Amino acid sequence: MTALDPGATLGPSRYPVRRSDLVRYAGASGDFNPIHWSDRVARSVGLPGVIAHGMFTMALAARALDTWAGGPGRVRELGCKFTKPVVVPDDEDGVTVLVAGTVKDVTEDGVQVALEVTCGDDKVLGQPKAVLARG
Amino acid sequence: MPLAPDLAGREFPPTPPFDVSRSQIAAFADAIGADDPLHRDPEAAKAAGHPDVIAPPTFPIVVAFQAMTAFMADRDVGIELRNVVHSDQRFEVDRPIRAGDVLTAVISVESVRQAAGTALVSTRSRIRTVDGEAVCTAYATLAHRAPEAAS
Repeated sequence: MTALDPGATLGPSRYPVRRSDLVRYAGASGDFNPIHWSDRVARSVGLPGVIAHGMFTMALAARALDTWAGGPGRVRELGCKFTKPVVVPDDEDGVTVLVAGTVKDVTEDGVQVALEVTCGDDKVLGQPKAVLARG
Repeated sequence: MPLAPDLAGREFPPTPPFDVSRSQIAAFADAIGADDPLHRDPEAAKAAGHPDVIAPPTFPIVVAFQAMTAFMADRDVGIELRNVVHSDQRFEVDRPIRAGDVLTAVISVESVRQAAGTALVSTRSRIRTVDGEAVCTAYATLAHRAPEAAS
Protein backbone atom coordinates (compact mmCIF):
# COMPACT_ATOMS: atom_id res chain seq x y z
CA MET A 1 0.00 0.00 0.00
CA THR A 2 1.21 3.47 -0.92
CA ALA A 3 1.42 6.12 1.79
CA LEU A 4 -1.33 8.62 1.01
CA ASP A 5 0.37 11.72 2.41
CA PRO A 6 0.06 15.18 0.85
CA GLY A 7 2.38 15.48 -2.13
CA ALA A 8 2.75 11.72 -2.61
CA THR A 9 2.92 10.62 -6.22
CA LEU A 10 1.00 7.48 -7.14
CA GLY A 11 1.68 5.15 -10.04
CA PRO A 12 1.76 5.31 -12.95
CA SER A 13 -0.20 2.12 -13.42
CA ARG A 14 -0.29 0.78 -16.97
CA TYR A 15 -3.32 -0.98 -18.40
CA PRO A 16 -3.62 -2.52 -21.87
CA VAL A 17 -6.91 -1.94 -23.71
CA ARG A 18 -7.83 -4.27 -26.55
CA ARG A 19 -11.00 -4.76 -28.57
CA SER A 20 -11.74 -7.90 -26.60
CA ASP A 21 -11.64 -5.84 -23.37
CA LEU A 22 -14.30 -3.53 -24.79
CA VAL A 23 -16.54 -6.42 -25.76
CA ARG A 24 -16.17 -7.91 -22.30
CA TYR A 25 -16.86 -4.54 -20.67
CA ALA A 26 -19.95 -4.06 -22.84
CA GLY A 27 -21.31 -7.35 -21.55
CA ALA A 28 -20.47 -6.66 -17.90
CA SER A 29 -21.81 -3.10 -17.93
CA GLY A 30 -24.79 -3.45 -20.27
CA ASP A 31 -23.52 -0.61 -22.49
CA PHE A 32 -23.80 -2.03 -26.01
CA ASN A 33 -23.41 1.27 -27.85
CA PRO A 34 -22.05 0.09 -31.24
CA ILE A 35 -19.42 2.87 -31.35
CA HIS A 36 -17.53 0.65 -28.88
CA TRP A 37 -17.42 -2.42 -31.13
CA SER A 38 -18.31 -1.50 -34.72
CA ASP A 39 -15.89 0.53 -36.86
CA ARG A 40 -18.70 1.03 -39.37
CA VAL A 41 -20.98 2.69 -36.84
CA ALA A 42 -18.13 4.58 -35.14
CA ARG A 43 -17.08 6.12 -38.49
CA SER A 44 -20.68 6.90 -39.41
CA VAL A 45 -20.86 9.25 -36.41
CA GLY A 46 -17.56 10.92 -37.21
CA LEU A 47 -15.15 8.95 -35.01
CA PRO A 48 -11.85 7.64 -36.40
CA GLY A 49 -12.83 4.10 -35.39
CA VAL A 50 -14.00 2.09 -32.40
CA ILE A 51 -13.38 3.94 -29.13
CA ALA A 52 -13.27 2.63 -25.58
CA HIS A 53 -16.25 3.30 -23.37
CA GLY A 54 -15.40 6.43 -21.39
CA MET A 55 -16.60 4.45 -18.40
CA PHE A 56 -14.07 1.72 -19.14
CA THR A 57 -11.23 4.24 -18.98
CA MET A 58 -12.73 5.70 -15.81
CA ALA A 59 -12.96 2.19 -14.36
CA LEU A 60 -9.21 1.79 -14.95
CA ALA A 61 -8.62 5.03 -13.05
CA ALA A 62 -10.76 3.65 -10.21
CA ARG A 63 -8.84 0.38 -10.31
CA ALA A 64 -5.59 2.30 -9.85
CA LEU A 65 -7.10 4.21 -6.91
CA ASP A 66 -8.24 1.00 -5.23
CA THR A 67 -4.77 -0.46 -5.69
CA TRP A 68 -3.02 2.60 -4.26
CA ALA A 69 -5.50 2.70 -1.36
CA GLY A 70 -4.58 -0.85 -0.37
CA GLY A 71 -7.86 -2.37 -1.51
CA PRO A 72 -11.39 -1.50 -2.65
CA GLY A 73 -14.00 0.32 -0.61
CA ARG A 74 -12.40 3.70 0.06
CA VAL A 75 -13.44 5.76 -2.99
CA ARG A 76 -15.95 8.40 -1.82
CA GLU A 77 -15.95 10.63 -4.89
CA LEU A 78 -14.71 10.16 -8.42
CA GLY A 79 -15.21 12.45 -11.38
CA CYS A 80 -13.82 13.35 -14.78
CA LYS A 81 -14.59 14.71 -18.21
CA PHE A 82 -14.15 12.54 -21.26
CA THR A 83 -11.96 14.84 -23.29
CA LYS A 84 -10.25 12.66 -25.90
CA PRO A 85 -11.46 9.31 -27.17
CA VAL A 86 -9.30 6.24 -26.60
CA VAL A 87 -9.23 4.79 -30.12
CA VAL A 88 -8.69 1.03 -29.92
CA PRO A 89 -7.37 -0.64 -33.08
CA ASP A 90 -8.53 -4.06 -34.20
CA ASP A 91 -5.25 -5.84 -33.47
CA GLU A 92 -3.69 -8.03 -30.79
CA ASP A 93 -1.86 -5.26 -28.92
CA GLY A 94 -4.49 -2.56 -28.61
CA VAL A 95 -3.34 0.55 -26.74
CA THR A 96 -2.06 1.30 -23.24
CA VAL A 97 -3.73 3.62 -20.74
CA LEU A 98 -1.56 5.10 -17.99
CA VAL A 99 -3.01 6.27 -14.69
CA ALA A 100 -0.94 8.45 -12.35
CA GLY A 101 -1.98 10.41 -9.29
CA THR A 102 -0.89 13.04 -6.79
CA VAL A 103 -2.22 13.43 -3.27
CA LYS A 104 -3.27 17.08 -3.16
CA ASP A 105 -4.43 17.27 0.42
CA VAL A 106 -5.65 15.22 3.34
CA THR A 107 -8.63 16.82 5.07
CA GLU A 108 -11.51 15.86 7.34
CA ASP A 109 -13.35 14.83 4.15
CA GLY A 110 -10.65 12.45 3.07
CA VAL A 111 -7.65 12.09 0.80
CA GLN A 112 -7.94 14.40 -2.22
CA VAL A 113 -6.27 12.86 -5.27
CA ALA A 114 -5.66 14.52 -8.64
CA LEU A 115 -5.22 12.02 -11.45
CA GLU A 116 -3.63 12.08 -14.87
CA VAL A 117 -4.91 9.52 -17.33
CA THR A 118 -3.13 9.31 -20.65
CA CYS A 119 -3.02 7.21 -23.80
CA GLY A 120 0.02 7.95 -25.94
CA ASP A 121 0.45 11.74 -25.90
CA ASP A 122 -3.20 12.44 -25.09
CA LYS A 123 -4.77 13.22 -21.75
CA VAL A 124 -7.91 11.18 -22.30
CA LEU A 125 -9.72 12.23 -19.11
CA GLY A 126 -10.20 15.87 -18.17
CA GLN A 127 -9.68 16.95 -14.56
CA PRO A 128 -9.95 13.43 -13.18
CA LYS A 129 -10.00 13.54 -9.40
CA ALA A 130 -11.11 11.51 -6.44
CA VAL A 131 -11.65 11.58 -2.72
CA LEU A 132 -10.69 8.51 -0.70
CA ALA A 133 -11.78 7.76 2.83
CA ARG A 134 -8.90 8.24 5.25
CA GLY A 135 -7.21 5.02 6.21
CA MET B 1 -35.64 15.77 -33.78
CA PRO B 2 -34.80 18.56 -31.35
CA LEU B 3 -34.96 17.68 -27.69
CA ALA B 4 -38.11 18.56 -25.81
CA PRO B 5 -37.75 22.15 -24.58
CA ASP B 6 -39.14 21.26 -21.17
CA LEU B 7 -36.62 18.47 -20.57
CA ALA B 8 -34.64 20.39 -17.94
CA GLY B 9 -36.06 19.82 -14.49
CA ARG B 10 -37.89 16.62 -15.39
CA GLU B 11 -37.62 13.58 -13.15
CA PHE B 12 -38.31 10.10 -14.46
CA PRO B 13 -39.85 7.11 -12.66
CA PRO B 14 -37.56 4.79 -10.66
CA THR B 15 -35.92 1.99 -12.64
CA PRO B 16 -37.16 -1.54 -11.91
CA PRO B 17 -35.44 -3.23 -8.94
CA PHE B 18 -31.95 -4.38 -9.90
CA ASP B 19 -30.60 -7.40 -7.98
CA VAL B 20 -26.86 -7.24 -7.47
CA SER B 21 -25.32 -10.72 -7.46
CA ARG B 22 -21.88 -11.96 -6.49
CA SER B 23 -21.33 -13.31 -9.98
CA GLN B 24 -22.26 -9.97 -11.54
CA ILE B 25 -19.78 -8.13 -9.34
CA ALA B 26 -17.10 -10.69 -10.22
CA ALA B 27 -17.89 -10.33 -13.94
CA PHE B 28 -17.59 -6.54 -13.74
CA ALA B 29 -14.32 -6.82 -11.80
CA ASP B 30 -13.03 -9.31 -14.40
CA ALA B 31 -13.96 -6.93 -17.23
CA ILE B 32 -11.85 -4.11 -15.79
CA GLY B 33 -9.06 -6.40 -14.56
CA ALA B 34 -9.65 -5.68 -10.85
CA ASP B 35 -8.33 -8.79 -9.12
CA ASP B 36 -8.87 -7.94 -5.45
CA PRO B 37 -10.51 -10.74 -3.41
CA LEU B 38 -13.04 -8.27 -1.93
CA HIS B 39 -14.81 -8.45 -5.34
CA ARG B 40 -15.03 -12.26 -5.26
CA ASP B 41 -14.56 -13.82 -1.85
CA PRO B 42 -17.37 -13.23 0.70
CA GLU B 43 -15.12 -14.27 3.59
CA ALA B 44 -12.42 -11.79 2.57
CA ALA B 45 -15.10 -9.09 2.28
CA LYS B 46 -16.45 -9.91 5.75
CA ALA B 47 -12.95 -9.81 7.20
CA ALA B 48 -12.64 -6.29 5.77
CA GLY B 49 -15.92 -5.25 7.45
CA HIS B 50 -18.34 -5.62 4.53
CA PRO B 51 -21.48 -7.80 4.72
CA ASP B 52 -20.68 -9.37 1.33
CA VAL B 53 -18.44 -8.88 -1.71
CA ILE B 54 -18.24 -5.26 -2.84
CA ALA B 55 -18.30 -3.84 -6.35
CA PRO B 56 -15.60 -1.67 -7.95
CA PRO B 57 -16.15 2.11 -7.65
CA THR B 58 -17.68 2.65 -11.10
CA PHE B 59 -20.14 -0.26 -10.86
CA PRO B 60 -23.01 2.16 -10.02
CA ILE B 61 -22.91 3.14 -13.72
CA VAL B 62 -24.60 -0.18 -14.50
CA VAL B 63 -27.70 0.95 -12.61
CA ALA B 64 -27.37 4.57 -13.72
CA PHE B 65 -27.01 3.44 -17.33
CA GLN B 66 -30.33 1.63 -17.12
CA ALA B 67 -31.90 4.87 -15.94
CA MET B 68 -30.19 6.80 -18.76
CA THR B 69 -31.29 4.24 -21.35
CA ALA B 70 -34.92 4.38 -20.20
CA PHE B 71 -34.78 8.17 -20.20
CA MET B 72 -33.31 8.33 -23.73
CA ALA B 73 -35.92 5.87 -24.99
CA ASP B 74 -38.78 7.91 -23.50
CA ARG B 75 -41.01 8.88 -26.42
CA ASP B 76 -40.92 12.52 -25.36
CA VAL B 77 -37.11 12.48 -25.34
CA GLY B 78 -36.17 10.34 -28.33
CA ILE B 79 -32.37 10.16 -28.09
CA GLU B 80 -30.64 7.40 -30.02
CA LEU B 81 -27.70 5.91 -28.14
CA ARG B 82 -25.33 6.00 -31.12
CA ASN B 83 -25.75 9.77 -31.36
CA VAL B 84 -24.69 10.23 -27.75
CA VAL B 85 -21.22 10.78 -26.39
CA HIS B 86 -20.60 10.62 -22.67
CA SER B 87 -19.20 14.04 -21.82
CA ASP B 88 -18.52 13.79 -18.10
CA GLN B 89 -19.25 11.59 -15.11
CA ARG B 90 -19.04 11.97 -11.36
CA PHE B 91 -19.94 9.67 -8.50
CA GLU B 92 -20.70 10.63 -4.93
CA VAL B 93 -20.53 7.40 -2.98
CA ASP B 94 -22.47 6.76 0.21
CA ARG B 95 -21.18 3.21 0.50
CA PRO B 96 -19.85 0.52 -1.86
CA ILE B 97 -22.47 -1.50 -3.69
CA ARG B 98 -22.45 -5.10 -2.46
CA ALA B 99 -23.92 -8.45 -3.40
CA GLY B 100 -27.48 -8.74 -2.16
CA ASP B 101 -28.33 -5.09 -2.78
CA VAL B 102 -31.59 -4.47 -4.61
CA LEU B 103 -31.23 -1.06 -6.23
CA THR B 104 -33.30 1.46 -8.12
CA ALA B 105 -32.25 4.71 -9.75
CA VAL B 106 -34.24 7.90 -10.20
CA ILE B 107 -32.86 10.04 -13.00
CA SER B 108 -33.56 13.73 -13.35
CA VAL B 109 -32.39 16.27 -15.91
CA GLU B 110 -30.53 19.11 -14.27
CA SER B 111 -29.90 21.23 -17.35
CA VAL B 112 -29.87 21.24 -21.14
CA ARG B 113 -27.38 23.47 -22.99
CA GLN B 114 -27.09 23.86 -26.75
CA ALA B 115 -23.68 24.30 -28.37
CA ALA B 116 -22.93 24.05 -32.11
CA GLY B 117 -25.56 21.49 -33.02
CA THR B 118 -24.97 19.50 -29.85
CA ALA B 119 -27.24 19.35 -26.84
CA LEU B 120 -25.45 18.86 -23.53
CA VAL B 121 -27.86 17.09 -21.19
CA SER B 122 -26.78 17.02 -17.55
CA THR B 123 -28.39 14.28 -15.50
CA ARG B 124 -28.40 13.11 -11.91
CA SER B 125 -29.24 9.54 -10.97
CA ARG B 126 -29.92 8.86 -7.32
CA ILE B 127 -29.28 5.21 -6.58
CA ARG B 128 -30.91 3.71 -3.50
CA THR B 129 -31.78 0.32 -2.16
CA VAL B 130 -35.46 -0.57 -2.40
CA ASP B 131 -35.50 0.00 1.37
CA GLY B 132 -34.53 3.62 0.77
CA GLU B 133 -30.87 3.53 1.80
CA ALA B 134 -28.78 5.96 -0.28
CA VAL B 135 -25.92 4.17 -2.03
CA CYS B 136 -24.60 6.55 -4.67
CA THR B 137 -25.45 9.61 -6.71
CA ALA B 138 -24.19 9.49 -10.29
CA TYR B 139 -23.94 12.71 -12.32
CA ALA B 140 -23.57 12.36 -16.08
CA THR B 141 -23.51 14.82 -18.95
CA LEU B 142 -24.55 13.35 -22.29
CA ALA B 143 -23.65 15.16 -25.52
CA HIS B 144 -26.36 14.50 -28.07
CA ARG B 145 -25.71 15.34 -31.67
CA ALA B 146 -28.88 15.36 -33.71
CA PRO B 147 -28.48 13.09 -36.79
CA GLU B 148 -29.22 15.90 -39.26
CA ALA B 149 -26.38 17.90 -37.72
CA ALA B 150 -23.91 15.05 -38.06
CA SER B 151 -21.19 15.46 -40.68
